[in-house]
Amino acid sequence: MTEPLVQVKNLSMHFGQASGFLKRPQRVVKAVDNVSLDVFEGETLGLVGESGCGKSTLGRSILQLYKPTAGTVQYRGTDLVQLEGKALRKMRNRFQMIYQDPYASLNPRMKIADIIGEPMYIHQLHPRSEIRAEVEKILEMVGLTREFADRYPHEFSGGQRQRIGIARALAAQPDFIVADEPISALDVSIQAQIINLMRNLQSQLKLTYLFIAHDLAVVRHISDRMAVMYLGKVMELTDSNSIYENPLHPYTQSLLSAIPIPDPEKEREREANRVLLEGEVPSPENPPKGCAFCTRCPRKQEVLKSKQIDCSTQAPQFTEAKPGHWTACHLYT
Amino acid sequence: MDEALLEVEDLHVHFPTPDGVVQAVNGISYSLGKQEILAIVGESGSGKSVGVLSLLRLIPTRDCEVQGSVHFEGRDLLQLSDAEMREMRGNRIAMVFQDPMTSLNPVLRIGDQIQESIIEHQGISEKVAKGRAIELLALVGIPEAEKRYRHYPHQFSGGMRQRIMIAAGLACEPSVLIADEPTTALDVTIQAQIIDLVKRLCREIGMSVIWITHDLGIVAGLADRVAVMYAGKIVEFAPVDQLFKTPQHPYSKGLLNSLPRLDTRSEKPLEAIEGLPPNLIHYPTSCPFLERCSYKTEQCQTPPEKQSISTTHEVWCHHAGKL
Repeated sequence: MTEPLVQVKNLSMHFGQASGFLKRPQRVVKAVDNVSLDVFEGETLGLVGESGCGKSTLGRSILQLYKPTAGTVQYRGTDLVQLEGKALRKMRNRFQMIYQDPYASLNPRMKIADIIGEPMYIHQLHPRSEIRAEVEKILEMVGLTREFADRYPHEFSGGQRQRIGIARALAAQPDFIVADEPISALDVSIQAQIINLMRNLQSQLKLTYLFIAHDLAVVRHISDRMAVMYLGKVMELTDSNSIYENPLHPYTQSLLSAIPIPDPEKEREREANRVLLEGEVPSPENPPKGCAFCTRCPRKQEVLKSKQIDCSTQAPQFTEAKPGHWTACHLYT
Repeated sequence: MDEALLEVEDLHVHFPTPDGVVQAVNGISYSLGKQEILAIVGESGSGKSVGVLSLLRLIPTRDCEVQGSVHFEGRDLLQLSDAEMREMRGNRIAMVFQDPMTSLNPVLRIGDQIQESIIEHQGISEKVAKGRAIELLALVGIPEAEKRYRHYPHQFSGGMRQRIMIAAGLACEPSVLIADEPTTALDVTIQAQIIDLVKRLCREIGMSVIWITHDLGIVAGLADRVAVMYAGKIVEFAPVDQLFKTPQHPYSKGLLNSLPRLDTRSEKPLEAIEGLPPNLIHYPTSCPFLERCSYKTEQCQTPPEKQSISTTHEVWCHHAGKL
């Protein structure tokens, strides 16, 4: 964990930006707004946030599945945002994606062998005659058997399909994988199987993960570091233990206290100190002027009193409050 | 818990299909006390939703065969006529469904949807019902209730819609509220708000709740007692503290161990439950958990009977108390 494998700088993905001949002004959704983060080689960076916070969009725009509207994504020194067409396609096997819904992300008319073999064929990773053998090798690596190669997706359960989705990503021989909620469509007892598989594969193949999820417990278990997003911005970024033990940002604090822990005694204790957030996430079409969280922040008054800063007009900078612990809140500037 | 409000006895729900009979619910029995929150936990396909839908007879009888009895206020719900059942639904027993996006009627104002059941069941005038609906909206925490009363479902967010569903459920002050994964579609911060609301209402108006979920975390903070379901059967029934502290069934144990926890971090891999639940068409003659159980012995070829660990803790496993 020394060199950043992927360096994201000031990345923005605004949908509906005025374009074309007439440049009619449109309503712009700032799904991702000015996000910077590094993903180091061999680590798992967890990306958490509630629905609509832009975590999936960030993952997709890092992989250039959306062309970001601003910013850069350096992958081993190459800026992916500048790459286009063939040059980008040539690099694509190095960074792959695992999708959320294993029911929708596999083509129902393709056999498993073709689904997994396709990336190998497209990127010419193996001579054609060897593709079948490679597919079988990967199937076994993800805990399936080689007989499955000639079946169709509908013959598999959700957990097995997600294994196939993982196999397809691995087939391209990537070193960076963006996993977008890879387990949230699965049952609890199956989730653990997939998490364990992903961890084993990571140590076997020296993979780097960007693991997107809304379940903080899962992310804490699998990640080395975690980034918390809210309304298109990263609010806090640090190693997984400190984010739980010493969360700095008020949003992270209330998010953590909202997550139920499977332990009745602890829950009763926590209930007394629970910070119930009021209201809901503002629309990303019309985010607050200052800090994105200011409409729900329970510590806004504190900032006003101690720092004389009005959170609803002044946006905080994303700064390193402690070594390795970044946050965007006026309380720490 | 002295007197049971609702008593379900040996409930079976079977769906005949061209491929065979799907045994979705396979003989479950439980009781619900006054002001009690009972959680039913299980994975998809474990029969937890079908089990409660059939209490209210919400599954068309042409599609399924329901056996057993459901005693509520001295009557067997499964024997009532359709008209009598209609009297019950929404009036004495109300239901909140999982998906707040699809369970409200998009072309009716939310106020009308809330007061519909009051007018239907209590025969009061629309004017009085309107006042009641506005009160309910305020009760579930919707700001500017008087103005919002006239809005349509699309003008509300997911969390707000779930509150409206709860308000509609509470409209006739039912004694039982059945909530089928009411927070699964919501974000955690909103989920915390809804759980807080239901607990508060339960205390304030003395209602009992059956809460169906797959999330053991929610159960820990909410329920008084828990039923764990697997393959259409209850495999363990216990007060919440006992279930989490001393789970007796290998499946409950497995579920608890397979959860990553927010408050601890270990480098060890999670203890996954290998394999898949059984096919409900070819229902196993053995213990339904046999295939995935790491404690299995010869004995397990026969389905286990109920074993009582204590007066309140029941488990359906041959090895109960010995694990």
